[in-house]
Amino acid sequence: MAVLLDRNSRLIVQGLTGREGTFHAKAAAAYGTKVVGGVTPGKGGTTHEGWPIFNSVHDAVRETGANASVIFVPPPFAADAIMEATDAAVALVVCITEGIPTIDMLKVMTFMEGKSTRLIGPNCPGIITAGQAKAGIIPGHICREGRIGIVSKSGTLTYEAIHQLSKQGMGQTTCIGIGGDPLIGTSFIDALKLFKDDPDTDAVIMIGEIGGTAEQDAAAYIAKEFRKPVVGFIAGQTAPPGRRMGHAGAIIAGGQGTAAEKMEALTKAGVHVVKSPADMGAKMREALG
Amino acid sequence: MEVGSWEFAKRSWTRAAAIDYDHWLFGPRTDPPVKIHEYQAKSVLARFGVTVPRGEVAFTSQEAGEIARRLGGTIAVVKAQIHAGGRGKGGGVKIAKSADEAEQLAKQMIGMTLVTHQTGPEGRKVGRLLIEEGLAIERELYLSIVIDRASASPVIICSASGGMDIEEVAAREPEKILREHIDPGTGVIPFQARKLAFGMGLASGPANKLVKLLDAVYKAFIETDASMIEVNPLILTKGGDLLALDAKVSFDDNALYRHPDLRDLRDLAEEDPLEVEASKFSLNYIRLDGNIGCMVNGAGLAMATMDIIKLAGGEPANFLDVGGGANAEQIKNAFRILMADANVKAVLINIFGGILRCDVLAQGVIAAVQELGVRVPIVIRMEGTNVEEGKRLLRESGLNFTTADSMGEAADKVVSLARGQ
Repeated sequence: MAVLLDRNSRLIVQGLTGREGTFHAKAAAAYGTKVVGGVTPGKGGTTHEGWPIFNSVHDAVRETGANASVIFVPPPFAADAIMEATDAAVALVVCITEGIPTIDMLKVMTFMEGKSTRLIGPNCPGIITAGQAKAGIIPGHICREGRIGIVSKSGTLTYEAIHQLSKQGMGQTTCIGIGGDPLIGTSFIDALKLFKDDPDTDAVIMIGEIGGTAEQDAAAYIAKEFRKPVVGFIAGQTAPPGRRMGHAGAIIAGGQGTAAEKMEALTKAGVHVVKSPADMGAKMREALG
Repeated sequence: MEVGSWEFAKRSWTRAAAIDYDHWLFGPRTDPPVKIHEYQAKSVLARFGVTVPRGEVAFTSQEAGEIARRLGGTIAVVKAQIHAGGRGKGGGVKIAKSADEAEQLAKQMIGMTLVTHQTGPEGRKVGRLLIEEGLAIERELYLSIVIDRASASPVIICSASGGMDIEEVAAREPEKILREHIDPGTGVIPFQARKLAFGMGLASGPANKLVKLLDAVYKAFIETDASMIEVNPLILTKGGDLLALDAKVSFDDNALYRHPDLRDLRDLAEEDPLEVEASKFSLNYIRLDGNIGCMVNGAGLAMATMDIIKLAGGEPANFLDVGGGANAEQIKNAFRILMADANVKAVLINIFGGILRCDVLAQGVIAAVQELGVRVPIVIRMEGTNVEEGKRLLRESGLNFTTADSMGEAADKVVSLARGQ
């Protein structure tokens, strides 16, 4: 068991014929993921590295039975790619692309309302289920199978958390990078709900960042109905106000979204909050007794 | 070439043609943030039909006098244009009763260093002035529009308490803050605008003007890919007109590729020279006050590295995200920018190699240190793809690197090295 993605998932890559798309399709396949084809409009009917390429996501789904898609399409076309996959009723869409204009994502969010597709990202490292499958850029070799779930706004901090868990002898079920943009498909709460219902996940590491109130919302949810142990870290405790730190979401605007506020809300909700990013693994070991 | 293909994308933007395409997909943003002045914000808003006071920008006192004369030669407002708020209290906004007085005031203001609560003690040098007509103000209101993350929709925020710090109003009298969520499909519906107008106590004449004004502001927001528009104050004149007396517009960096006209509004004199230099190499660099230079991949890890340096008792000199797809050349440029900050006494490199391989990083660091003759101690912590090969390269380089196996150890080491221990 795991959440969202496993060894039976059938994955297509939108943008497979690009350099990054090719590299990460191969890496996913090498990890054990069933990569069944790619989509590049205009290159339908050809093959690339042995995979069939389709003109549209609809074609790809019809021909391959794909139920998951990972998007490696440049920012100007990424919103279009997400909506196309949504229209083709792909169950899981993971968008890696960084730099999609917010107004484009606004259209995406409106379009996806009431549809069955779950979007992860954009501007995220994707998702990996340890030992089974991955959709995105999280390096497979740092993961090991186990019983901890990870949900994170930040890419490299996710790797850091995985690495620290592994050093403590703890493996992972599924690691989900939800992305740091203002508008994202899957929130902390969505991910926590999935982990709550997963019998194989015993505990969760949650990594937030300054900006927005998603962490506070998650804290309220955890206090109400999440009973598994959660270790939390918030990046940007020392970030100067008003400066944008890379992720569009990570900007402190006024009294909303400081690390201190978030850490306090999580602590009150019973989350084991660590001040130092070096302590995530050790704290999890402690939390599990 | 098919529309929608990577090849098409590569050629579609002149800008995109000049950059490494895959780096655009993963790297730090290629467009540096564009911050604009008040006069530029007003001209952007006016383009969409928002009413603003008559006025023009002046770079010299002579120009200021001419503009004041063109405006009618009576009361004119002379406003210093810097990228910081609090100008009024700092002496950056003056009233002139004649065109000659406007010219005199301009002479004093151009070149002056303006210190406000937002500039820091060093202040900002004034290079441009906005000369505007004086208006008889009846009331000062507040108006802004941003994206609300929780509801994934634009939200218009209004308040009858304009002209002051809106965050203070929100904290003290939250009931005075009015909000309307806008459905992107419909835009601002007139009843929503009327609700806000009557909520602020406007009579029906000005309320109808607000309907038009909000429609224009919303259009400006969507069509320029703004991330925030703030009009504070929005004034009601004695004559019953609504005008944007002050305006701030910030843009979504991610959308600047489709707004070349907005990109040109940058005022480099207002930006930190090292940040300008970093932006040329698509490096996401923000200069801070400490003495420990940081080079990290990924924004979250970069922020976390700053946090852990502070926890260890040190002060970061900067935020620097070299991105996921950095190459050796980029590492070298990053190093050059770090070293150009004379405050830097030690450097911490913290890389978790996913896409960026540790051996590539090591090669870049070694080349940079050899070429640039870096003299400060360097602590390197790396982990991930090809880490053993990277460590071997560092060991065999003959250079004096300090290595660390964890973030905690790296932070402790760099803090004591920066102290000269």
